[in-house]
Amino acid sequence: MAINITDYFRPETATTKEINLSYEQVEQLGNDLDELRARIVADLGESDREYLYTIIRAQRKLEFAGRAMMYVPFIPPIWLAGVASLGVAKILDNMEIGHNVMHGQFDWMREDTYNSREFDWDTVCPGEQWKHSHNYMHHTYTNILGEDRDIGYGILRMARDQKWNPYFLGNLGYATALMLLFEWGVMLHDLEAENLIQGKRKWSDIKGLVKGMWRKASKQVAKDYIIWPALTGPFFVTTLIGNAGANLIRNVWTYSIIFCGHFPSGTQTFTAEECQDETKGQWYVRQMLGSANIYGSDLFHIMSGNLSHQIEHHLFPDVPANRYPEMAPEVEAICEKYGLPYNTGSLRQQLGSTWKKIAKLSLPNWMTRDDNDIVVNIERTPAVENAA
Amino acid sequence: MAHTLARLVESIVEATATPYPVDRYLELIDPMITWRDTRAKITEVRRQTDRSVTLVLKPTRQWKGHGAGQYVEVSVVVDGVRHRRFFSPAGAAQNTDALELTVTAHSGGFVSRYLRENARPGMVLGLSAASGEFSLPAQRPARTVLVSGGSGITPVLSMLRTLVAEGHRSPITFVHYARTPEDVPYRAELDALDRTFDHIDVQFHYTRTENAEHFAPAHLDGLADADGAQVFLCGPGTLMSAVKEYADERGLSDRVFSEAFTIDTSPVLDPNEPITGDITYTKSDVTTPNDGRTLLEQAEAAGLDPEYGCRMGICFSCTKVRTSGCTRNILTGELDSEPGQHIQICVSAPVGDVEIEV
Ligand code: FES
Repeated sequence: MAINITDYFRPETATTKEINLSYEQVEQLGNDLDELRARIVADLGESDREYLYTIIRAQRKLEFAGRAMMYVPFIPPIWLAGVASLGVAKILDNMEIGHNVMHGQFDWMREDTYNSREFDWDTVCPGEQWKHSHNYMHHTYTNILGEDRDIGYGILRMARDQKWNPYFLGNLGYATALMLLFEWGVMLHDLEAENLIQGKRKWSDIKGLVKGMWRKASKQVAKDYIIWPALTGPFFVTTLIGNAGANLIRNVWTYSIIFCGHFPSGTQTFTAEECQDETKGQWYVRQMLGSANIYGSDLFHIMSGNLSHQIEHHLFPDVPANRYPEMAPEVEAICEKYGLPYNTGSLRQQLGSTWKKIAKLSLPNWMTRDDNDIVVNIERTPAVENAA
Repeated sequence: MAHTLARLVESIVEATATPYPVDRYLELIDPMITWRDTRAKITEVRRQTDRSVTLVLKPTRQWKGHGAGQYVEVSVVVDGVRHRRFFSPAGAAQNTDALELTVTAHSGGFVSRYLRENARPGMVLGLSAASGEFSLPAQRPARTVLVSGGSGITPVLSMLRTLVAEGHRSPITFVHYARTPEDVPYRAELDALDRTFDHIDVQFHYTRTENAEHFAPAHLDGLADADGAQVFLCGPGTLMSAVKEYADERGLSDRVFSEAFTIDTSPVLDPNEPITGDITYTKSDVTTPNDGRTLLEQAEAAGLDPEYGCRMGICFSCTKVRTSGCTRNILTGELDSEPGQHIQICVSAPVGDVEIEV
């Protein structure tokens, strides 16, 4: 055997373009990205701190305004503005603040609360558990079937390589439910419910998780559905509805952004065998091929927690997200240098292709066509070693 | 009843802010309005000597004051990063509304130099409650001998001022070692005390003048060995060991109380030098020679099994406290030696001796 090139060919794949990367090219690409990272990290300082605190101040103001406007439900436009304001506050909290702080992006500030050890966000999922399911499981094993549980969240069929069964006829329905109840889905994620049902996981394993969820979720529920409504006195019911509305706005938005990160057409999944003993360079390539960006205005990037720069985020999960916009063109140039695709599109495009994929994958593969038209072959081991 | 009501209000306020501490909201309005955190605002800045700066601070309501000789942790943000250092307040313990710190800017002292150059009234610093065992006994000594060197002056000055403020009348001797007369903060005040009170005697010894005077037994003879004398000592290592050796020889060790004066940072070593040192895993009580690999790999080789996830610096599951020593982040090459920092052990390699909470 001369050169060991992993074969990506799958029976149903209609390929139009193949890209081959040698072992050395992948390593070189890794060095290019390391160099980019080093440059940005060396430059972190006061302005990055100021950025985070600006977002936090905006978040607190919106939250305060939202809660205050709940006191005037008898003027519907104001009340609705309150719901929207609180919804936006929760989006900022979860995306640009919570997600990023819990990734350790601001640990270098050595600040209380705003670091990956202490931070917990305004959602029912305990930060501690999310850091395991997200920072560790998802970010280490991105798009590896069977290891990255974000592929389908244990409910959906999100890749052609996932075996089809009649349950998946409901794919669209499950996705809609997940979207509406997203914060609860994220909370339950670490339980691996499907493994419990199939008996692959013991109930005794999840005791600690459930306790943590109960502790966190009960406080969150009490805050939004009891205490704040009660504090508005006669407007208890309208405030409760308003708070539920704000949570719903946040759920739909975060779900939409997050699903655009890895599932639009063009993103690839991998098998565990392919990724064994991966080098840093190969890890980088997998992160690039498995992620997708969304383009838009600065405000849009902030509202998406810069997960609109999903590719940059997956390459550099612990680099402050406010740096992704300046890194993006460089990453794109690096992709171009190696002839790799840089998956990006408008929110409409990425969301459209994600929902289309969810719909298509509810059916068995023989009924639909795979529209992934690019195949990337990565040489996983150095040629010299194999030739010898 | 009033108490229960207060508790109820407190828990409601905290529940409205969950999952955040209430202070994370209040600090955006005014950092001096705090619910639980202690902070302090600089109200006065005096630069008494070329190398030091004296800050008068007004703490938030949580401040409980300090005992003479104790220290506090002060934090300050420099270029986006919060740095924490320990300082001993110099004021009398009776003064609980204000807090006085005198910070000496050492050549390698990042925070002390920053404060010397940038402290100005209105600046808000983080503050911890006072702690430390180095303090005057409740039953005041029959004779008090205060010995200090350099910036070690602050805790013993606090003791002197406290004794003066309470009208204490038994003999006190204040012996201070400094580079030059100009390098002594509070010199005018100390001279005045010496002149005003018969029972207070102040002696200075200068180590960088023509007739340089380092510690000599004669400086304490007749004082430390007098009946009922207790010696309170704070200063650089050389002074401390010289005085302790003297006390040992005279059989006076049990009346000497001391506090090591710590320099801002432990030395940053050159990572290109040959690998040296030992790694101490404090929680497991294991020490092994440093072989240069990451702390995670070396801990595992030593038979420990610290928690980890990605092993590549992205998940933060392996974060541990480095209690002392210097480490190099293998991703960024950055060297860091600030004690008490959380580091990711999967991407941190020890440089020299390191103590890690594993
Ligand atoms: S094990 Fe993931 S950061 Fe160290």
